[in-house]
Amino acid sequence: MSIKATGFSDKTAGSGRVSSSSIELRLPSRLGYEKVAMNTAASVARLMGFSEERVDDLKTAVAEACINAMEHGNKLDESLIVGVVLSMDANSLEVKVTDNGDGPQSKTDAPNIDKKMHGEEDARGMGMFLIQALVDEAEWVSSPPAGSYARMVIHLSNPHV
Amino acid sequence: MPELVTRVTVEEVPCATGDPITVLRFSGDITSASQPAVMGTYEGLPETARRILLDFSKVEYLNSSGIALVIQMMIAASKKGQKIHSFGLSPHFKKVFTMVGITKYTTLHEDEASACAAFD
Repeated sequence: MSIKATGFSDKTAGSGRVSSSSIELRLPSRLGYEKVAMNTAASVARLMGFSEERVDDLKTAVAEACINAMEHGNKLDESLIVGVVLSMDANSLEVKVTDNGDGPQSKTDAPNIDKKMHGEEDARGMGMFLIQALVDEAEWVSSPPAGSYARMVIHLSNPHV
Repeated sequence: MPELVTRVTVEEVPCATGDPITVLRFSGDITSASQPAVMGTYEGLPETARRILLDFSKVEYLNSSGIALVIQMMIAASKKGQKIHSFGLSPHFKKVFTMVGITKYTTLHEDEASACAAFD
């Protein structure tokens, strides 16, 4: 596992300089390590001034994205890295989670609890739905053979309901 | 960073409105690794257990695989005609449980007393 942080001021807004910076994590594809990304994202979000409700939303979204990357993207091959890049600017926090896979196999549809209860739908498979529901922007990009990524953004100015 | 062990303790509490309530108290993480702890404990309950209360107040980390285990337990309980109530979830996980629709099959209560009182 490794961590890399960069910080710089790259543009000037009307009221002054706006700082941008990023933090990169490299995690083994081992379940449990998603908590490193989850807690790092939470720390950054708190430093940026996000409410605890939004921090909790982000924690779940980041954890689910990392689990998807480990399980489905990298097939739990611990030699393969899940990359996590947190990019901050004045009003938003972007988290990009990369893996070596072909992109997501599941879907973002809301789970059908009745089908699950009647065995017509897998009890699992809710991760992408939760990500989509909990952050302001979510996208999944498939770019084999280079790998794939999930991208999530939360905005300070956009209180999530 | 290994996942925290899932611990489940089983307790039987009396209930003013009828049969005792079987309380499953979870602590630690509830994830895909929790299948033996969660389902193993549930499947070990006596056949006489009709009223089941899930206590999430000591859970430190819960992900979608853990939620799927809760759904599996509710599926099994539904087949046995058992009634399930829950309490101790944080506001965030109350929201998540509502989002995925679990609240159709278990009511989420603020505390143990109100959950116990909800069994009819």
